[in-house]
Amino acid sequence: MAAPRSPVPQQQPWDDHRIEVILGNLLRAGVIFSATIVLGGACIYLFRHAFEQANYSIFRGEPSDFRTIRGVILSVIDGHGRGLIQLGLLVLIATPIIRVAFSIVGFALERDRMYVVFTLIVLAILLYSLLGSGLGM
Amino acid sequence: MSIPEFTVLVAIVSFIAGLLGSLTGLGGGVVLVPLLTIFFHVDIRYAIGASLVSVIATSSGAAASYVKEGFSNIRIGMFLEIATTSGALLGAFLATRIPTNALAIVFGAMLLYSAWLSRKPRPPEQRNLPPDPLATRLRLNGSFPDQDGERSYNVQHVPAGFSLMFGAGALSGLLGIGSGAVKVLAMDQAMRIPFKVSTTTSNFMIGVTAAASAGVYLSRGYVDPGLSMPVMLGVLVGSLIGSRILVKAETKSLRLIFSVVILVLGLQMLYKGLWGKI
Repeated sequence: MAAPRSPVPQQQPWDDHRIEVILGNLLRAGVIFSATIVLGGACIYLFRHAFEQANYSIFRGEPSDFRTIRGVILSVIDGHGRGLIQLGLLVLIATPIIRVAFSIVGFALERDRMYVVFTLIVLAILLYSLLGSGLGM
Repeated sequence: MSIPEFTVLVAIVSFIAGLLGSLTGLGGGVVLVPLLTIFFHVDIRYAIGASLVSVIATSSGAAASYVKEGFSNIRIGMFLEIATTSGALLGAFLATRIPTNALAIVFGAMLLYSAWLSRKPRPPEQRNLPPDPLATRLRLNGSFPDQDGERSYNVQHVPAGFSLMFGAGALSGLLGIGSGAVKVLAMDQAMRIPFKVSTTTSNFMIGVTAAASAGVYLSRGYVDPGLSMPVMLGVLVGSLIGSRILVKAETKSLRLIFSVVILVLGLQMLYKGLWGKI
């Protein structure tokens, strides 16, 4: 236990609260950015499919365009509204992951080695979920 | 139903769910999946995928206003996220393997438990607990601003809380919800974390936990853009407005109404899972 205790964290230049405020604002910006992309995609999608029927009662699974990062990007380039919505959702999923990544920097600035390791574990699990499940293909 | 009609209706329902969820503190995600499956006849897998995405939106969207209050404990959050994210990964893999009827039954049971928990009076907070050696080593103890100055607290029963959080993560990954009910059990009851600290810390954790299972759901084709779009936008706007209006006086009756809704939806999900088609 070499790291110093901090009974009054407010007195440190990099305290927990300051890091959290930065992260909180970062997360909000990420959500607003993602919602804007989704809204843009929604306009294209609703305009193009205005006269089709909605049917979600049978599960077919999404086509590969909407299941992989590559597929989503290609779909956006083709100008598909649904591809754009899916891109917005990918940005949304990325926001908490970026928050975890930034927390590593925060704990490192506080010289809290134990929590740098804990945060790395969480980040590894998140990246495994995203990349190990075939999303990155 | 045409796509524009469907989109608008789902957005309205999601808005109300997000608004009520944040006003009552019970979370909107828990009612979304049953509403989508029962009233909109959406396959439960699509419903779970859309709900999961909305959970991330609410958590990340509210984070900025929560941290300003200075209640959340970033170390408790990060330490427990090891448990919730690995649980969520397991839950998401389980969700792709177990039959949809079983999913509906687990969901129904979860709703009944949430309804019961929301009616149960909260046990009084115990103050001045002795420091636990493990919690001290993990630097989980902290303090937060109270009416009478800074109030410090000592976290208890770390292994029990950690295991319960693994379960909460698994449920979140399995059902696409924030699973606040289990988190309350872990953080309030087992670890004895003060209520203000546990609610704000768990809001932070919910988004990270959901992100851990979102990758699995997305790559398995559970996240449909046409359905997730109105759900995400509706819940996000609803919960953001809900967190702005703090009508203290009416929360009590609102909580009662909302817990009755949760109870009824829970019974319906159980019925559908046991005897109906889902």
